[in-house]
Amino acid sequence: MILAIASGKGGTGKTTVAVNAARVLGSEVLLLDCDVEEPNAHLFLPGRVNAADTVSIPVPQVDESLCDGCGDCGSFCEYHAIVSFGTLPLVFPEMCHGCGGCTMVCPPKAIREVDRRIGVIEAIRTGNITLIQGRLDVGVAMAPPLIRAVKARLRDGTPAILDAPPGTSCPVIATLRDVDFVVLVTEPTPFGLHDLKLAVETVRELGIPFGVVINRVGVGDDRVHAYCREEGIPVLLEIPDDRRIAEAYSRGELIVEALPEYGNLFHGLVEKIMQGKMNKRG
Amino acid sequence: MKIAFSTSGENLSAPLDARFGRAPRFLIYDLETKTFTVIDNRKTMDSAQGAGIQSAETVARSGAKAVVTGNCGPKAFRVLSSAGIRIFNTGAPTIQEALELYRAGGLTEADAANVEGHWS
Repeated sequence: MILAIASGKGGTGKTTVAVNAARVLGSEVLLLDCDVEEPNAHLFLPGRVNAADTVSIPVPQVDESLCDGCGDCGSFCEYHAIVSFGTLPLVFPEMCHGCGGCTMVCPPKAIREVDRRIGVIEAIRTGNITLIQGRLDVGVAMAPPLIRAVKARLRDGTPAILDAPPGTSCPVIATLRDVDFVVLVTEPTPFGLHDLKLAVETVRELGIPFGVVINRVGVGDDRVHAYCREEGIPVLLEIPDDRRIAEAYSRGELIVEALPEYGNLFHGLVEKIMQGKMNKRG
Repeated sequence: MKIAFSTSGENLSAPLDARFGRAPRFLIYDLETKTFTVIDNRKTMDSAQGAGIQSAETVARSGAKAVVTGNCGPKAFRVLSSAGIRIFNTGAPTIQEALELYRAGGLTEADAANVEGHWS
């Protein structure tokens, strides 16, 4: 079972839901922080990084003695990472997605691939949770390859919870691909509803079963509830707008540990998802 | 020789656009024939990244040997330079005025990008 926690909007409580759900699961679980531009799940989990691996993507390097300036590499590259006008090609490694196309189309075989580091993957083990997080290097704008590298740590048979980046762009799609179920976290405000609609469109397009968690219930209005009703989207959990939750969060504590009375809510969430999954695929 | 001007308009009295990479159009002026053509650059303008590189490719393909614009970022500068295109930055309000400055030798050639990437 691979579960992803996503949202159209940042700051809605994805990480809160992800870490608390992982903790109440009790059994061995992988928690993958796929928000590689700003991983924060580790803030709620004590434990030191016990393994770090660098991640690279292959970028082109031109052997100037072999290049005849034909320009095929530049016209092939969709990302303008390699440019040639009958001259030696210019390479912009920061634009390169590492597809290897330029290397393949080069008639004189003047291009070879060299590794360019984009970030690291770190592992932190704490209790029943093994947290795997990607950390994109500063100045690198190439999140999807690092997210795929984080997801390569998934293990058959071990349940996993993926903390997705905010929004609905490439890094989110890279995170949601091939997951079994998506939890969309939102808040009952006009902004929350607006971004929830975008997230729902995205998840429907990907064809993944999903449900909604509404955080900070009590603020805003009831339009998110009404939208979910009209669209037939299951509301899996409502987290009240409780100041003590914000205080626990600000101290880096898990809700289910600081406020045990909320434990059942998260248990219920996890059970509903497992149940829903069994109904769907069973 | 042809000169490329970044612009939002379609004729010589149009404003000179301060942005090279994300200029809506390029007016390519031919100094010999005193005629011009306009290239639509709006598709590039809306691209998420690499606008400077694409605009520089467009200008290079037009056959222009000089660019007159407000600002030019580092990637565009690198592509234009390697294509042998000279770059002039000016705050002149219209293409006409920028062209007159160019003809009078009143523009200084840039030796580096004058803004950072993703400058808006």
